[in-house]
Amino acid sequence: MPSANFEEQQWLNVNVDHNEWPGLAKSLRDHPDLNFDYLFCLTCIDWKTHLTMVYHLESTQHRHILVVKSKLDRTQPDIETVSGIWRTAEFHEREVYEMFGVKFRNHPDLRLLILPDGWEGKSPLRKDFEDPVNMVKL
Amino acid sequence: MYRETQIISDNSILASPDVEGDLVINVGPQHPATHGVLHLVITLNGETIKRVDPHLGYIHRSIEKMCESLSYRQFIYVTSRMDYLSAHINNHGCALCVEKGLQVEVPPRAQVIRVLMDELTRLASHQLWWGAMAMDVGALTPFFLAFREREMINDIMEETCGARLTMNYMVPGGVMVDIHPNFQRRVHEFISHFRNKIDEYDELVTGNVIFQNRTKDVGYISREDAISYGMSGPSARGSGVQCDIRKLYPYEVYAKLQFDEIIETAGDSFARYMVRMKEMRQSLSIVEQLIDNIPPGDFQAKTKAVLKLPKGEFYSRVETARGELGVYITSEGATTPYRIKFRSPGFSNLSALDHMARGAKIGDLVAMMGTLDLVIPDIDR
Repeated sequence: MPSANFEEQQWLNVNVDHNEWPGLAKSLRDHPDLNFDYLFCLTCIDWKTHLTMVYHLESTQHRHILVVKSKLDRTQPDIETVSGIWRTAEFHEREVYEMFGVKFRNHPDLRLLILPDGWEGKSPLRKDFEDPVNMVKL
Repeated sequence: MYRETQIISDNSILASPDVEGDLVINVGPQHPATHGVLHLVITLNGETIKRVDPHLGYIHRSIEKMCESLSYRQFIYVTSRMDYLSAHINNHGCALCVEKGLQVEVPPRAQVIRVLMDELTRLASHQLWWGAMAMDVGALTPFFLAFREREMINDIMEETCGARLTMNYMVPGGVMVDIHPNFQRRVHEFISHFRNKIDEYDELVTGNVIFQNRTKDVGYISREDAISYGMSGPSARGSGVQCDIRKLYPYEVYAKLQFDEIIETAGDSFARYMVRMKEMRQSLSIVEQLIDNIPPGDFQAKTKAVLKLPKGEFYSRVETARGELGVYITSEGATTPYRIKFRSPGFSNLSALDHMARGAKIGDLVAMMGTLDLVIPDIDR
């Protein structure tokens, strides 16, 4: 994996290029020594210059944890879905899609999940989102 | 090795769910069996469920966004409103995450009080679930019995924390105030009262043939699928998944306590029911072990008035009554979090409902949902 670099935090972090993620995800789950079968957290962070996808993986057999991060372009964020690998990703990716505007390629059912039907405009969890009516700033 | 589920590859079901004679019905958002504002759009063929499509967001308050403008002391209070039946445990998860960042050592007295409160909360939550579950499948009496015992716990909470539902008792560094002088006496009263009552619960519902017929072989999910759907807590343990955070990654004093992780392998609604029933006995045993062993000392560590977390990422995991709650704080070194993600157990558990329900009868749907123990504010956040 040429673009991957590791960093040690609470758990081992690995930064990967978003084009390499689908292949890596499959081998992370299927390799008998890795066997990361439990995706316990999937989220996104808006860093104002770019978005970062964060995947928390755990193996229920070996009990080790890996955090995978992938940088995305802020104007045209898109990444391959992992909902075929970890089924829980389908809901979590729908949430990230509406909250951050990340497009998941080949997602089976990329619709709004929490926001009301017909929601248009900016993604609410991005840092530049302003809602003058409903948002209270302290 | 995990096998692919058919649903994902079979796009035809998702693309055109309606054939001639299919019926699309809405359950909720105000249906009494959904325990809150959950909206399910169900495609039926005769009595057979073809697809369940949950529509969320009726109680979405954007807690994650709200927390970005709240300080590390303030944001904990919002989290009581997520899973309101596990308010203590939500607060606990957040407090643990902040303490991890601050590297604060929690005094032993506070640790024991926290675990006591967590387990009492778990008991109250499971009691309410038991009553509501029995009501879902047609027995009304258990609901009143469950509330009678739950009332005792609520009274104990009210005395010590000042609130009955959204307690906001845990703060970074310990607990907000010391326990009430009556606390130990009343918990003892509760233990001796409730010990016989669990047997009564079992007699009334667990051994009931009608109840067993309605829940056995209903809502089956295999171990692999449960893991893949990210299920956790009693719902996943009913399918044989070892996932109790209290055992796997013990926090506070859980490592020193004697209790079993309850695992059933049948994977159906009755298995999930049995896990929660047995868990109540375990929680009661934990409370019994701790109630006379609360060490003296401070109930709160000394922390600064304004908390600042160092730059970095902090993740804490706790076991709520519904499963694994993850609190993921990204800090930029300011007094407010840069981003918070709450990985709520209900959200992932709900996503498995579609998989469970396909091919089942519409009448069994409430028996499945009942044992998933969904709390909607926890799902929507």
